[in-house]
Amino acid sequence: MTEIRNYTMNFGPQHPAAHGVLRLIMEMDGEVVERIDPHIGLLHRATEKLAESKPYNHSIGYMDRLDYVSMMCNEHAYVLAIEKLLGVQVPTRAQYIRVMFSEITRIRNHLLWIAAHGLDIGAMAVFLYAFREREDLCDVYEATSGARLHAAYFRPGGVYRDLPEKMPRYASSKVHSDDEIRAKNMNREGSVLDFIESFVERFPACVDEYENLLTDNRIWKQRTVDIAVVSPERALQLGFTGPMLRGSGFAWDLRRKQPYEVYPELKFDIPVGVTGDCYDRYLVRMEEMRQSNHIIKQCVNWLKDNPGPVMLDDHKLTPPSRENMKDDMESLIHHFKLFTEGYSTPPGQVYQAVEAPKGEFGIYIISDGANKPYRLKVRAPGFAHLAALDEMARGHMLSDVVAIIGTQDIVFGEVDR
Amino acid sequence: MVDLIVSIWIALPLVIQIGLKIGAIVLPLLAMVAYYTLAERKVIAYMHVRVGPNRVGPKGLLQPIADAVKLMFKEMIIPTNADRYLFIIAPILALVPALGAWAVIPFTENLILTDINASLLYVLALTSMGVYGVVVAGWASNSKYAFLGAMRSAAQIVAYEIAMGFALVGVLMAAGSLNLREIVMAQQGGIHQWYVLPLFPLFMVYLISGVAETNRAPFDVAEGESEIVAGFHVDYSGMGFAVFFLAEYANMILISALTVILFLGGWYPPLPFAPFTWIPDIGWFFIKLSMVAFLFLWFRATFPRYRYDQIMRLGWKVFIPVTLIWIVVIGVARFYTPIGHWFA
Repeated sequence: MTEIRNYTMNFGPQHPAAHGVLRLIMEMDGEVVERIDPHIGLLHRATEKLAESKPYNHSIGYMDRLDYVSMMCNEHAYVLAIEKLLGVQVPTRAQYIRVMFSEITRIRNHLLWIAAHGLDIGAMAVFLYAFREREDLCDVYEATSGARLHAAYFRPGGVYRDLPEKMPRYASSKVHSDDEIRAKNMNREGSVLDFIESFVERFPACVDEYENLLTDNRIWKQRTVDIAVVSPERALQLGFTGPMLRGSGFAWDLRRKQPYEVYPELKFDIPVGVTGDCYDRYLVRMEEMRQSNHIIKQCVNWLKDNPGPVMLDDHKLTPPSRENMKDDMESLIHHFKLFTEGYSTPPGQVYQAVEAPKGEFGIYIISDGANKPYRLKVRAPGFAHLAALDEMARGHMLSDVVAIIGTQDIVFGEVDR
Repeated sequence: MVDLIVSIWIALPLVIQIGLKIGAIVLPLLAMVAYYTLAERKVIAYMHVRVGPNRVGPKGLLQPIADAVKLMFKEMIIPTNADRYLFIIAPILALVPALGAWAVIPFTENLILTDINASLLYVLALTSMGVYGVVVAGWASNSKYAFLGAMRSAAQIVAYEIAMGFALVGVLMAAGSLNLREIVMAQQGGIHQWYVLPLFPLFMVYLISGVAETNRAPFDVAEGESEIVAGFHVDYSGMGFAVFFLAEYANMILISALTVILFLGGWYPPLPFAPFTWIPDIGWFFIKLSMVAFLFLWFRATFPRYRYDQIMRLGWKVFIPVTLIWIVVIGVARFYTPIGHWFA
């Protein structure tokens, strides 16, 4: 009689559930996964090396493209690291704007995550429900920074510009009647802040809607409860951060544990899970969306009452106004120096981490006193999570692997860098 | 005029008569399948706050035609390591039973292609043939993904076939006949006579097994879009794929039709008096059929996908016991309780 052996199966990189370019070599015993070997590197773009060859300012755009669904959070870590190195203090209004956009980004990331996670498990309906709300946040990005995804809005010393007074509106077209356009423009009459405020009012009901579809759904629970259980101790050993760690019941949140910007002044709770399975991580992320919404609301209220500068007035670090450049020699020189040579940082090393939607996103910079980093290292949360895929998926079935990839919220931009 | 047509019809050779009758069933059926795919896309789109196809023709009504033309002109790729003959036979094996079963479906009291006396057995036999198409396709493709899909499908259909069979036994006991036409006629007299009420658990089991039997969401693990990509037909393209597609949708319509016949009173109106009887019998048949067919789409838009072992558990541990118990209940109720006539 021939011996029955396990077989290997190739999963990806061209696979609908691979979240980009994940490639798994799976050793299968029938439907049961015995071992998984994740292969990475298919989206490697040498971001760290590129950043070492350019003045500091030029790399902000690369940071957007690391974790390309939580753009501004990556920028946030990078600009905070540079500011720490330079030892500068950012205006309070800029800090509030940054925090607000970090939380908007968190909601955007989690919306995309619930959409993809739902679709992986077969719940198609959540996908477009989540995208409907994400679209509004894209519009906020676009109105403030000019880009819907890769904003490059945070700059060392503040943010690129203050929030605009006008929210762009839909124009009438032959596809949509005037009434439809009026309905679409209802909450776009005022400033961007008014639009964000109307979104904040509306959003909790939307989260309820997603939860209606999933939280008590028996099939959803069967697919996620007790799948990929990670104990809090093991989660720490594996280097988990963010919702993955909190889902295991460990209340670790950098916004509270290593506060940066104005987070100490804001009220929010840290949701934690109990068992550390996919379902708990799902609940944690859903609650995080509500908490982020709460933070945005506080920021909007503060920003409405407190106008002020959003950028440092130090033109060695930030560009002077275009108007001044025309007749002020000093400004012209500053502009030229800043955009060609940039600025030099004092020698030293710095590590700055932020609580990105996926976990601890950190930037480590070694400076030798030049105008570009001697070494830049990105600490991406997804990398540690993906490394645990083998342990999480062992003994589960093929369909669960897809659920686990979904619950890890893997994005290859940051894993491969 | 009518006399002329009748005399021409009688003068035709029997083979041609039968051929025409088959054509009269199969061609509208294929048109129904085509527009069922459009309905699916539209219904699911509206449930997902989208618009759905609206580019080809007015309101997107020509979309199925465009799809069919596209698939017909696509190259059908046969993988080098595939078993050529099985690879080509598999889609045919899937489609033929799905169409063949329509031979005994009574649309109205007199509108049946062949009124054989054990038509229920015939339907049961043919629908269980459909799985061979899936299994053979998975085997012939010589791909691990397709093979996994085929294995899942085989296990699933065996489990649900039994539950479905037992659900039918209940109907048999109530109607006392294996003939589909007589089963419908036993439900004459209004909605309270339809078997959906006395046999409600069996109705649920039959409907859900029907969804599982046709590999539709939430039981679509054989296709398992997000894990094994398209499962058994991952290597098919062009017409091979189109034929599988046709078979799947024809099966869905067939299961809807059978549900209507077995549990929802076939062509009879819900109440046997004036405003309801204005709609002709065949109208009622198709109204009910559309409602059941709509359920398939609704399920797909709403539910996440089951895992393979969970489907097995549901089939073996829930549905089969439920049907077995309800068969006993029917038997006891029929002979030993005052409401016995309701079960007959």
